Amino acid sequence: MTSKTATFSFGDRLARWLHLAFCAAVFVFLIAPMLVVIPLSFNAEPYFTFSEGMLALDADAYSLRWYRSVVEDEEWRLALTNSLFIGLAAAAIATILGVLAALGLASPAMPGRALVTGLLISPMITPIIISAAGMFFFYSNLGLSQTHLSLILAHAALGTPFVVITVTATLAGFDRNLTRAAASLGAGPFAAFRRIQLPLIAPGVIAGALFAFAASFDEVVTVLFLGGLEQRTIPRQMWAGIREQISPEILAVATFLVAFVLVLLGVVEYLRKRGGQSPVGQ
Amino acid sequence: MQSAPHVEFRGVSKTYDGRTMVVQDLDLQVQEGEFFTLLGPSGSGKTTCLMMLAGFEAPSSGEIRLSGRSVQHLPPRKRGIGVVFQNYALFPHMTVRRNLAFPLEVRGISAASRRQRIRQALEVVRLDGFEDRRPAELSGGQQQRVAIARALVFNPSLVLMDEPLGALDRRLREEMQFEIRRMQQDLGVTVVYVTHDQQEAMAMSSRVAVFHRGHIQQVDTPETLYEEPEREFVASFIGDNNMLRGHVRRAERDFCDVETPGGTVRAFPVHHCRPGDSSVLAIRPERVSLTKPGVYTNEFEAVVEDILFIGDHLRLRLNLCGNPNFVVKVQNIIGHSAVLAGDCVRVGWSVMDCRALPDEEGAGGSALLTRRAATLRSSPGDAAGAPDTDRAAVPPSTQAV
Repeated sequence: MTSKTATFSFGDRLARWLHLAFCAAVFVFLIAPMLVVIPLSFNAEPYFTFSEGMLALDADAYSLRWYRSVVEDEEWRLALTNSLFIGLAAAAIATILGVLAALGLASPAMPGRALVTGLLISPMITPIIISAAGMFFFYSNLGLSQTHLSLILAHAALGTPFVVITVTATLAGFDRNLTRAAASLGAGPFAAFRRIQLPLIAPGVIAGALFAFAASFDEVVTVLFLGGLEQRTIPRQMWAGIREQISPEILAVATFLVAFVLVLLGVVEYLRKRGGQSPVGQ
Repeated sequence: MQSAPHVEFRGVSKTYDGRTMVVQDLDLQVQEGEFFTLLGPSGSGKTTCLMMLAGFEAPSSGEIRLSGRSVQHLPPRKRGIGVVFQNYALFPHMTVRRNLAFPLEVRGISAASRRQRIRQALEVVRLDGFEDRRPAELSGGQQQRVAIARALVFNPSLVLMDEPLGALDRRLREEMQFEIRRMQQDLGVTVVYVTHDQQEAMAMSSRVAVFHRGHIQQVDTPETLYEEPEREFVASFIGDNNMLRGHVRRAERDFCDVETPGGTVRAFPVHHCRPGDSSVLAIRPERVSLTKPGVYTNEFEAVVEDILFIGDHLRLRLNLCGNPNFVVKVQNIIGHSAVLAGDCVRVGWSVMDCRALPDEEGAGGSALLTRRAATLRSSPGDAAGAPDTDRAAVPPSTQAV
């Protein structure tokens, strides 16, 4: 190995270092803005910059005051409640619709599979501002604008493609003979689904549900169009916070969100690994 | 006909695209308690028949009856048929016990009765003590037994098996053949069995239906299929047969003369034939003998191309009557006329051992030639590790002519 490295020319080594430097730069630009938020959220001063005390690692320069003020603030509490409520409801609807759609698409008797898949996935590809504007007019005519229901329905539409994709992927490895076996053993379609198919595709279903929840949880554009004061979600509240009162409270919330998303990703990854081990993946 | 057959196909056809017929105009009757095998190469329609019988596929036309009742509109779950799938289709997230409990639970059978029937089913397949294992923790043979137990546990009177031994190694396969046959006889169930392995079909079945290109060629007991094939495909598919092609020159009631590229052969006409018909003759390698002149009706001289030493017998390959892969099976008996490659030998066979069949595959049946060549090379299980064709492999005592 060493002898081989020694034969590399100067140009080779330069290219190698440039390559590494480029990769490092990509990581810094992608991740640093997220990481820098975390220490700043513990700032004792009401600024978005590192104070001299923080840089000197002085314990007094750090505090939990912004976390406390977020927790004590009515508006943030309402935003969190809204986010969780809308996110869970939207994820539930998206999961049911997405699983049903994926089951239908996996059937060999499905006509126009490519077209239907495209239509179902389209909310992922359509620019969100277009969907949001369309929904704004549509829901206004139905008298649904500025209601929680409108946001739940909008987010369910945006989250369904995630469920369709993850469940379709899981179903691709599902042995159809298992469903046939269940039928031959006397199980009706619903019993066969609930006791045989659903437990085996559960990793895909849960992953899809988490993605759908996350899609709703960090969504701000449709909330801007469809939501009123009562429907403010966490992202919407942060948006307002940045525009109206610049307070490090936002940094505390952002840190919380980063931690939350990391946990979600961890769960998805765990399910993916476990799904790979089960015979579903074979 | 005392009662309606257990399984009956009436003019059943199946097509998926409206043009290619997977199964065409099929009639079939399976009696109560039979071990009935659908035998054929892959793509011959046998698995499709099984799937239609189980209810997973619907016939494009025709009718399937179970004990005289049409099952046209009966979904699989209401047919009460046990099915053993090719890949076992055990539920991977359930233990053996839960797998076996499944058909009982969906039938609402009480817990006490479930326990007893699961225990009995596992005893039948000799797997007691494995209740709490998951399928992934079992060997292929054990999974196979669980699949059979699950298909039997709800006491169906009809069990379908789709190449159930295909994934097992040879030793285990032969053991399971006996086991499955024993269970079938002990329980008295009707079994419809699908396989492409003719030895398996012959060993296990009470009757065999030979499938080819969506048609049934012949339905008979294994003995009759072997001794009296009625179609060219059956003759070439069941066991080994030497095929000679030619044209009928003279046709009588109990014999016909067929002119082949190497001379005229007198044969038994299986079907009515007329002079001028093209015909194919089927002669089993073990029914051809090395002979002195004047013993058999059909006698020919030919050069031995090569010899395969199997152990209990030798296989000579001759170029005879237009078939370059004509095989003669010679018992390995001390003092028996010993032969060397390159020798000129005289072989003969009787009229009754030479069946004249209608030529269906055509003279250009290259697949058939390939099959014949493969026949010579296959060592059918006796003599483990039979050595290659090699002059040195023939015992010295047999080398003197």
